[in-house]
Amino acid sequence: MNRLLKGTARSLRAITAGFLIMGGLLAATPAQAEEELISDFSISGLLTNGESPVPDVLIKAEGANGFSKSVKSDADGYWEIFVPEEAAYTVTLDVNTLPEGVSLSTPGDEVQEVDLTGLGFAGVGFSFGEATSEEQGFGEQLSIRLFSGLNFGLLLAISAIGISLIYGATGLNNFAHGEMVTMGALFMWLLYSVIKIDIFIAAIITIALVAASGYAQNQFLWKPLRKRRLGLNQIMIVSIGFSIVARYIFLIFFDGDTKDISGGGNLVVLGPIITTDIMLVSMLLCTLALAGVAYFLTRTRIGKATRAVSDNSSLAASSGIDVDSIIRTIWVMAGALTGLAGLLYGLQFQANWELGFNILLLLFAAVTLGGLGTALGATVGALIIGLVVEISPLFIADELKYAIALVILILVLVFRPQGVLGKKQRIG
Amino acid sequence: MDILGILSLTAGEVISPSSAAFVLCALGLAMHFGFTGLLNFGQVAFAAIGAYGFSIGVLKLGFDWWAAGLFGIFCSVIFALLLGIPTLRLRADYLAIVTIAAAQAFSFAVASSDLIDITGGSTGQSGFADSFYALNPIAVGRYEFLGVSLGEKEIFIRIVGWGLVILAALLLFGLTKSPWGRALKGIREDEDAIRSLGKNVTGYKMQSLIIGGIFAAIGGMVFVIAPETNQPSVWASNFTFMIWTILLLGGAATILGPVIGGMIFFGLLMFTQGFMEGLVNIGALPFLNTAQVAQIRYLLVGLALMLLVIFRPQGIFGNKKETAVNAR
Repeated sequence: MNRLLKGTARSLRAITAGFLIMGGLLAATPAQAEEELISDFSISGLLTNGESPVPDVLIKAEGANGFSKSVKSDADGYWEIFVPEEAAYTVTLDVNTLPEGVSLSTPGDEVQEVDLTGLGFAGVGFSFGEATSEEQGFGEQLSIRLFSGLNFGLLLAISAIGISLIYGATGLNNFAHGEMVTMGALFMWLLYSVIKIDIFIAAIITIALVAASGYAQNQFLWKPLRKRRLGLNQIMIVSIGFSIVARYIFLIFFDGDTKDISGGGNLVVLGPIITTDIMLVSMLLCTLALAGVAYFLTRTRIGKATRAVSDNSSLAASSGIDVDSIIRTIWVMAGALTGLAGLLYGLQFQANWELGFNILLLLFAAVTLGGLGTALGATVGALIIGLVVEISPLFIADELKYAIALVILILVLVFRPQGVLGKKQRIG
Repeated sequence: MDILGILSLTAGEVISPSSAAFVLCALGLAMHFGFTGLLNFGQVAFAAIGAYGFSIGVLKLGFDWWAAGLFGIFCSVIFALLLGIPTLRLRADYLAIVTIAAAQAFSFAVASSDLIDITGGSTGQSGFADSFYALNPIAVGRYEFLGVSLGEKEIFIRIVGWGLVILAALLLFGLTKSPWGRALKGIREDEDAIRSLGKNVTGYKMQSLIIGGIFAAIGGMVFVIAPETNQPSVWASNFTFMIWTILLLGGAATILGPVIGGMIFFGLLMFTQGFMEGLVNIGALPFLNTAQVAQIRYLLVGLALMLLVIFRPQGIFGNKKETAVNAR
């Protein structure tokens, strides 16, 4: 959603409100040496009113231990404050120093909270001019959000199928699944934005790498653990540990900053919906991938065997299905699909070391809502969760949109633990 | 490299109030997981509720320290009931997902700008510990112990924090040795067998959830009273995972396990950080910088969690027969 609106902001300057934060982040380049405190940590931003910079505005940052420091924005509207520690700060814009005729679009917006923890820097945006959120009608906003919810739901769906199949075949609630999403996004960034390989070749290499990681995880971690007859809950705790390890490996090798992969793509206007070419291609690819999975599971021999193992692995084994090889297939397939989801997510939004972990619980919510262990259920659940996450900000604060999905997860587990499409016996 | 400096930092970390807070949370989790078999992955929510109960109680409701403390405990009991009534009937791995989801949803909610008037939003709250520190009998000044220099408030919160740890450990010891505790262990091993004896299994689980939750709520209070600030960013899932690592390191179904496990955990964490930073500073690890050293610590937490569960599920002090992780 951010990416969508950011693209919109680029060409339709009228809708800039609130998204200058993005501009502030991108403008956060290291400034020249100053006479006083220079630390690794800084807060910065760019003050612009429409296209023109707003200079000589007093900005003050206050933090713990009585830290307080003020700067003025320069001729380009840029300001940066170095701060002593990676902590939370309050940034205040002195409205009395604003030039004539320039005012904040939302009164009370002059005080903002930022938290540098993890990143070491933060961008703060202040938006000027008329407030614009009222300009879009409710119906228009709803249609935009329905569309982006569908897009997000499709992305969740192709990652959630893997969780669901792995759970069905091995009983593992894989808490490290989100890290395959992260891996897809970060390797796409590395191959496409850094090494500058053609986008399709980069995507194929990324998918192959994540699929290979799925194979390796099964071969070197989960299969030996199954052989040791470790309890399912123990294996689940191992997957939590593995998720932490993988996440911090990404953090160490890729750093904690947020990476922009595609620059947002080109704007496409379809009636009331403003979208990007990348988002449309992504939705098409997700739909094709889902159709492919559905065909594979229902029409091919291996696919039917996969469903049999997922349904009851000991029964499948006794009817002559090679369960180990099916589990391997599931892991490779889950890796490829999740890698695709990750790279599409990274292309549309942004990539960082935590993105997979942030959406992991949404994936669990999708899988549980649809019914654990069923591929179709995971798709339905993911679409519902995607829509809920994108539509809820119309009614509640934007930061709470993930929380709503988690509340749904809890309610489903409480009232219908088998999910919408699941079978009753699965709740065990 | 300043080995003595690192050792003194390590010693300081072992007895720090945040270690005591984590140990209290781990004792609560020992009640939940070690003695009852509940896979609670939302322990951080209990700690956060204790902390917010205290800070909101003082700042918004005008309570004294003791009333605010009771208010925090009361909130954690309510949370345990809300969480427990619908979920304790569920299978163990579902309970894990629900608790982690509830904890995440809670941490999103307290940081949200919608609740900024109550919780302080993403900056959190500070300045709520004055009435607590007014109890401090220690004279103002700085005191020196084994190379660690502490102010009077720092000493006081350490005494209170570790005093609470001792009380909680004794209480847990008494509870688990009682007939009630034996019923809990029975539930952990075979729920249906206990049910067939006519015991109210869900009731026992709920009591265990509430008591362990109170321990964590008190831990959360100690955690925020020490720095006199309560920031929402600390109440993330990593907090829960650290509690789990501490518990599994020491031994899930033991009393001493969480206590000694917590001290070892934070001691090792501080020592590795100091040692590796020292190596980086003398240029022995050219591929790392000091910021990455702090990140490697978390990587080691994850690795420790994996290896402990695979190779030594009973922890340092545990008994292999009482590993509890196999209970389903």
